[in-house]
Amino acid sequence: MSSIDDALSGREVVWGTDNLFKSYTVARGDVEAAFAGAPIVVEGEYETGSQEQLYIEPNGMLAIADLQNGVTVWGSMQCPYYVHRALAGLFNLPAEKIRVVQMETGGGFGGKEEYPSIIAGHAALLAWKSGRPVKIVYSRAEDMVATTKRHPSRTKHRTAVTRDGRLLAMDVDFVIDGGAYCTLSPVVLSRGTIHAAGPYRCDHVRIRGRAVATNVPPHGAFRGFGAPQSIFALERHMDRVAAAVGLGPDEFRRRNFVHAGDTLAVGQVIREPVSMNTLLDRALALAGYHDKRRRFVEENGTRAIKKGIGFSTFMHGAGFTGSGEDHLASVVAVEATREGVVRVLAASTEIGQGTNTIFSQIAAEALGIDPDDVEVVQPDTSEVPNSGPTVVHHALVDAGVLPSVHSRAEFRAACRRYVDSYGTLRATSRYQPPPGVRWDDQTYQGDAYGTYAWAAYVAEVSVDTTTYEIRVDDFVAVQEVGKVINPTLAMGQIEGGVAQGVGWALYEDVVWREGRMANAQMTNYIMPTSMDLPEIRVHFEEVPYPYGPAGAKGIGELPMDGPAPAIFNAVEHATGISATRLPLTPERLMELMCASPAV
Amino acid sequence: MRTPLHRYELTACDSLQDALAALAADPSARPFAGGTDLMVLMDAGHLPPGRYIDLWKVRELRDIDVTAEAVTLGALTTYTEVLKAEILRREFPMLGIAAAETGGIATQNRGTIGGNIANASPAADTPPALVAYDAELELVSSRGVRRVAYEKFHTGYKKMDLAPGELIARVRLPRGRKGWRDYYRKVGTRKAQAISKVCFAAAADVADGRVRDLRVALGSVAPTVVRCTATETTVRGHAVDDAVVVKAQRALASEIEPIDDIRSTAAYRLRVAQNVLREFLTRIRA
Ligand SMILES: Cc1cc2nc3c(=O)[nH]c(=O)nc-3n(C[C@H](O)[C@H](O)[C@H](O)COP(=O)(O)OP(=O)(O)OC[C@H]3O[C@@H](n4cnc5c(N)ncnc54)[C@H](O)[C@@H]3O)c2cc1C
Repeated sequence: MSSIDDALSGREVVWGTDNLFKSYTVARGDVEAAFAGAPIVVEGEYETGSQEQLYIEPNGMLAIADLQNGVTVWGSMQCPYYVHRALAGLFNLPAEKIRVVQMETGGGFGGKEEYPSIIAGHAALLAWKSGRPVKIVYSRAEDMVATTKRHPSRTKHRTAVTRDGRLLAMDVDFVIDGGAYCTLSPVVLSRGTIHAAGPYRCDHVRIRGRAVATNVPPHGAFRGFGAPQSIFALERHMDRVAAAVGLGPDEFRRRNFVHAGDTLAVGQVIREPVSMNTLLDRALALAGYHDKRRRFVEENGTRAIKKGIGFSTFMHGAGFTGSGEDHLASVVAVEATREGVVRVLAASTEIGQGTNTIFSQIAAEALGIDPDDVEVVQPDTSEVPNSGPTVVHHALVDAGVLPSVHSRAEFRAACRRYVDSYGTLRATSRYQPPPGVRWDDQTYQGDAYGTYAWAAYVAEVSVDTTTYEIRVDDFVAVQEVGKVINPTLAMGQIEGGVAQGVGWALYEDVVWREGRMANAQMTNYIMPTSMDLPEIRVHFEEVPYPYGPAGAKGIGELPMDGPAPAIFNAVEHATGISATRLPLTPERLMELMCASPAV
Repeated sequence: MRTPLHRYELTACDSLQDALAALAADPSARPFAGGTDLMVLMDAGHLPPGRYIDLWKVRELRDIDVTAEAVTLGALTTYTEVLKAEILRREFPMLGIAAAETGGIATQNRGTIGGNIANASPAADTPPALVAYDAELELVSSRGVRRVAYEKFHTGYKKMDLAPGELIARVRLPRGRKGWRDYYRKVGTRKAQAISKVCFAAAADVADGRVRDLRVALGSVAPTVVRCTATETTVRGHAVDDAVVVKAQRALASEIEPIDDIRSTAAYRLRVAQNVLREFLTRIRA
């Protein structure tokens, strides 16, 4: 069983009674009644493929383990306390006998949330058995074959609209392939399901989300957590609905955007100001959208290289889904030394995204000291409290709780005095949800996230009809992410996410043969190089979020959501080909173009 | 690295004579030039153990010679050297395009023309250009020197007219193609670090609206690089028009054998090869 269809057919059952790891239903209004009277109904089916993580450093772990000292592992990971829990269970040892230390980690994207527990287990068991330290570092090929990738997905949309382009009802069936074991599939499914109806106002919505079991290696957490999959389907579909109604893609969306005070599919009332129109206006103006939309059609004619422009509009929930944040009850501690150095203790890890810089910056700002006087302690479960895993931009959401103090000299003197008289100066803080946030896991209704980031992305492409290769020529990413704490890091996150999105949309194709990845080399798994990427023009609208650290919402996952549908919409503009399956490799585009009489 | 190093022996030679003697002394010994193909095999655990003869310091296999009749490249000529050679840029520009699109700078600094030929990958990027330029190889061994037309050199998948102990010494490119129009296109999906799905090289001599002579060669569409003589025949002597293009595309389909593999599909390779041929013919028609 290697596909969603195999799993749903039920011909063979490999998990439970129905091959389902998890399912959710979001229901709002009366969908059937709304369809019954609808003048226009548009249906569509969309698929996305798997995606390899390709963090720079493959998984690796070093272990020492014996009866006397317990188990210690050092390695590349995102979530030391996940590994800690896994080892405690595996060895049946008390928590204090297990020590997990995160070493400098060469990237993660979610791929080092689950898998490090496995390789840590292998290394620790071998160390236990042999009585020697054991180090396991995967080669790239081993890492590609064994570790978790992005969940493939299939989404069916049925949408009812009025003749003037107002959404009446949305019926969405969203399925992801979890592979052979459950992993974080329920969490990925949850975010994907909640994002499936997008930033649109619609009174009658039904979203059914399912994560199925197959025999391929387990898929897992990956930047975006299911939202890129369901948003790809939605934003492709929205362009087709717009066409069915006879409206431009932008005008159709404008008629349906949510505004402050509106209610999302999960029943969440948007309380903060939001202006999707402003974001869209700005993105389209920066991209020269309207002019190009007209001009490309006139110029393409019989040219071998056809140009197109398209966009996507979307939102991304900040922090953990629903009650996830409350369950984690993350703790962060700060400690002042006698010398006046402030140590931040958090298990939210630096994996290259700049967490340590941001932590230092926030702590320094709150305390009125120099960032150089802040030390972010290496995550070590024997020292730092469980502040939850580094997933999402959670690291930020946590760290924003620090006392406010005075000048640097006074601060140092105060630290010395305090430590001399009372000993350790240490404060811990537990995550507190914003006031009034309510979520019901049973009905899947409520405030799915404390807040959302909002965005409009525009892609300009060339399609070479000689080779069927698609190139992204220009990319504009406009987003509102609360307050931008560190512009350099924030731009880097957006650029990296867009690059990864371009790869997912056009290049990166995991070839499965009998449930194994057959192209586990970077020569044959085609990730775009810098030469394949356009300039990525990043712009922020800043609306500080009162409950985020220093006004921030979160940023890391958002840029993965928008590129693929924007690119596909642009390809349709260039060629008339309405592609629904990702990645759109040259081979696939050729099949579509050869089957289409128009081109 | 998956490979125990003690199973390998690398003998560094600094003259051609030494290298040939070392190869003659041990018939199982294999040449090692830039190592950019061999080291990839080694890392993957696929390199046969045994003796290797390092050619890197063999002066006689370097250098680009220019005479009135030909430009001759030593087998050790690297991609970087190809890119630097003014004469190649002027008279054999497709080699430079191929070199620039091969790997990255590190690979271009170490990878050699001789290695690219002897590695005999059907997806290699210089062979189509070499075929289109009527290249000839000079092969040497302790038994002497012989010359073979490059288009006859590859005899099957990873098979070639090269005896044990024999080296590719030089690649000779005949000059005198004044006024010919070249066209090279590597199709590899990404713009750098790509392995060709289709690699096309062609050259044509067009006068008074007629194609007097031409060469068409393709890589990645058969077990070896192919010179497409049937395609050439449909075009030679004609003025290019739509009918000629269609005939040429049909002829091309008859002489290439693309396959489905991990990188692409037979259907894609065939169609793109035909499209690129059309692009070439359209250019020389204008
Ligand atoms: C990252 C990377 C990217 C690459 N990209 C491309 C690409 O885009 N296009 C492409 O075509 N290739 C590419 N290659 C493959 C490789 O770089 C080329 O084939 C190169 O030309 C090999 O030359 P070399 O001197 O390194 O060969 P080596 O690895 O030293 O040898 C290759 C083979 O040739 C034999 N050999 C070498 N010299 C001689 C000689 N004088 N006589 C007889 N036999 C000889 C060796 O015994 C061996 O079997 C790439 C390789 C890497 C690592």
